[in-house]
Amino acid sequence: MSDSATPVRPSPADIAPQSRPRPAVPGPTPAPEQVTGAQSLVMSLEALGVDTVFGIPGGAILPAYDPLMDSKTVRHILVRHEQGAGHAAEGYAAATGRVGVCMATSGPGATNLVTPLADAYMDSVPIVAITGQVSSASIGTDAFQEADIRGITMPITKHNYLITNPDDIPRALAEAFHVARSGRPGPVLVDISKDALQKVTTFSWPPTTDLPGYRPVTRPHSKQIREATRLITAAHRPVIYAGGGIVRAGASALLRELVDLTQIPVVTTLMARGVVPDTHPLNLGMPGMHGTVAAVTALQKSDLLITIGARFDDRVTGQLSTFALGAKIIHADIDPAEISKNRVADVPIVVDAKEVIGDLIASIRSEQQDQSTPAADYAQWRATTREWQETYPLGYTKDEEGLSPQFVIERIGEISGPEAIYASGVGQHQMWAAQFVKYERPNAWLNSGGAGTMGYAVPAAMGAKVGEPDRVVWAIDGDGCFQMTNQELATCVINQIPIKVAIINNSSLGMVRQWQTLFYNQRYSNTDLHTSAGQVRIPDFVKLADAYGCLGIRVEREEDVDAAIRLALETNDRPVVIDFVVHRDAMVWPMVPSGVSNDKILNARGAAPVWDRED
Amino acid sequence: MSKHTLSVLVENKPGVLARIAGLFSRRGFNIDSLAVGPTEHSDISRMTVVVDVDALPLEQVTKQLNKLVEVLKVVELDPVQAVQSQVVLVKVRADVTTRSHILETAELFRARVVDVAHDSLTIECTGKADKVAALLALLEPFGVRELVQSGVVGVGRGPRSITDRSLRTA
Repeated sequence: MSDSATPVRPSPADIAPQSRPRPAVPGPTPAPEQVTGAQSLVMSLEALGVDTVFGIPGGAILPAYDPLMDSKTVRHILVRHEQGAGHAAEGYAAATGRVGVCMATSGPGATNLVTPLADAYMDSVPIVAITGQVSSASIGTDAFQEADIRGITMPITKHNYLITNPDDIPRALAEAFHVARSGRPGPVLVDISKDALQKVTTFSWPPTTDLPGYRPVTRPHSKQIREATRLITAAHRPVIYAGGGIVRAGASALLRELVDLTQIPVVTTLMARGVVPDTHPLNLGMPGMHGTVAAVTALQKSDLLITIGARFDDRVTGQLSTFALGAKIIHADIDPAEISKNRVADVPIVVDAKEVIGDLIASIRSEQQDQSTPAADYAQWRATTREWQETYPLGYTKDEEGLSPQFVIERIGEISGPEAIYASGVGQHQMWAAQFVKYERPNAWLNSGGAGTMGYAVPAAMGAKVGEPDRVVWAIDGDGCFQMTNQELATCVINQIPIKVAIINNSSLGMVRQWQTLFYNQRYSNTDLHTSAGQVRIPDFVKLADAYGCLGIRVEREEDVDAAIRLALETNDRPVVIDFVVHRDAMVWPMVPSGVSNDKILNARGAAPVWDRED
Repeated sequence: MSKHTLSVLVENKPGVLARIAGLFSRRGFNIDSLAVGPTEHSDISRMTVVVDVDALPLEQVTKQLNKLVEVLKVVELDPVQAVQSQVVLVKVRADVTTRSHILETAELFRARVVDVAHDSLTIECTGKADKVAALLALLEPFGVRELVQSGVVGVGRGPRSITDRSLRTA
């Protein structure tokens, strides 16, 4: 992620003096200042411009919480479970583009951060986790609340630290933030032993960082840009395959420019919803397992994929050996390891999305002005893709018996509008929220794409609302997901973080149930959650909302949907939870069954698209 | 699949070995041999890793290694353009009737006897993997009581140094 994507923040020098704690050692203040390791930690966070930390104190991290109480610039939000802190930091980062911060104590506190760290690693979310560790003398002795969190998180963090010398704290924090937000963003964990927090050290800022092995690559690539331009000009059926890297790089406006300039159809992956407005005529929608027929088919039939910030994930490609066989591949990614990992690239470009799109625009523009070469014309191809869009639009049939989940989600999007933020859990409601909410801007759609973490929505929405307090923030959640992290409603009520939660309550683990319907002869093994079917409500979500001090609303009829959404939007003195009791047999379509070719896409149960003769 | 030797320069910091070993295992690559030690610069360690992979996965493992913050440089050693060596210590059953045979065999390989007992000989042999394997095959009939092998270490031929340049960029 480029630094220019981050809003201008006060410089460390401006911030640090405002809340500098009293020196631990009395007497005239020397420079650099004498402080405890804990004070050094808090001062480092202040100097880094951190305004919010989500966390829970405990024995090992306790020294850090004392100076944190005095900080005038860092707000600590006490969550109810460390997983909530981690997802809140992710939501904050995904909505604002700034680094999210969470804090936990040693042992179980730290291990509860493992899921959000893995999640942030998969989706390239810049977060920094600070954990307390037992005193350095006790490390390795199976001390109370000891866990080797650095060892545990090695495979799921971009980098991590174990700090036992208080002098290293400012440097480790500065490096952690730099590593988290530069290059391909990701999570960094800083584990600090209790004695390092207690000992006296000196604080001076900025510290000298020491990262000789960390060089996020931006190789010279003019040759590849020329080659990419040549392929684009020569192509007949090109598709821009836009991924989440464009969101992280803040390159959406440029991408829009590239699409308008070239008039090439674009697909926006689950992680990239909103990078090109859904209302844009060339946006074919989401590709992949539950993508639109037009997006999936355009990739399959393409002769050139212009891949930017995407990684040929299995949920996009389906069976890799049959994916887009006729297409040449231009693959631009900031992470060199993504290039040719799943699909071999014909033109590899290792660079930030913003830079590559800017260079492509310049190169294509000069190519277009050059009269000697025939201008590329994809009119025929555009007409074909438009026909797919018109013949196989996203849609659903309303159920006569009960409320249709797609309708609920569509109305939430329509009434709340594109300036709102939508965080979702994982499952059917996630796919419907990706399909039926119309996104017009990046950073409006937050979800757990790579890891598929149920329980992401409520804490992520909380973090997003803290980072973007003026926006409406919805958590579109499932009844299963909601029960994994709804304890953070307490955090939201107490800290006045008025998020709106829409539970798409189908009384089951809906996506698993859908697979059981399709592939396991409707044998519903362990997917019934008893949260609404047959009037059994365990728990009763409205009562639960009420118990937390939220406004709880239950909606069971289509005619009540709009009023409930409007009431939620008008209620800003507390969080709102709407229990939308929906029809449980609704399914997510289109669908490419797992492990088969994307050619086998079904636009409804048992119905494959019918292609005309020339296809 | 074919064997490739990677020289990996890393910061000499605690936990680096675990990071590298973990990376290989979670990405599904098997380490054939591994040797680690300090270099001429006290803050840099060098690992020599022999992996058994095809060209494309090798590129992937190299890229993944390069992403580790504490990895300074990854170089594949060309078997022709590099010197490679390993050490084995082998304890062989030896009585009066076989001892001279074993000594003769060791001699042929320029291996040294490092320990003698009434009924055993311990032989140290240094060299390339195929030489070591040939010696072990000849000693096998006498009865190998214990065998310990180091990882392969390797260095490129000629005056160029891979540590020099990586330090300069640091």
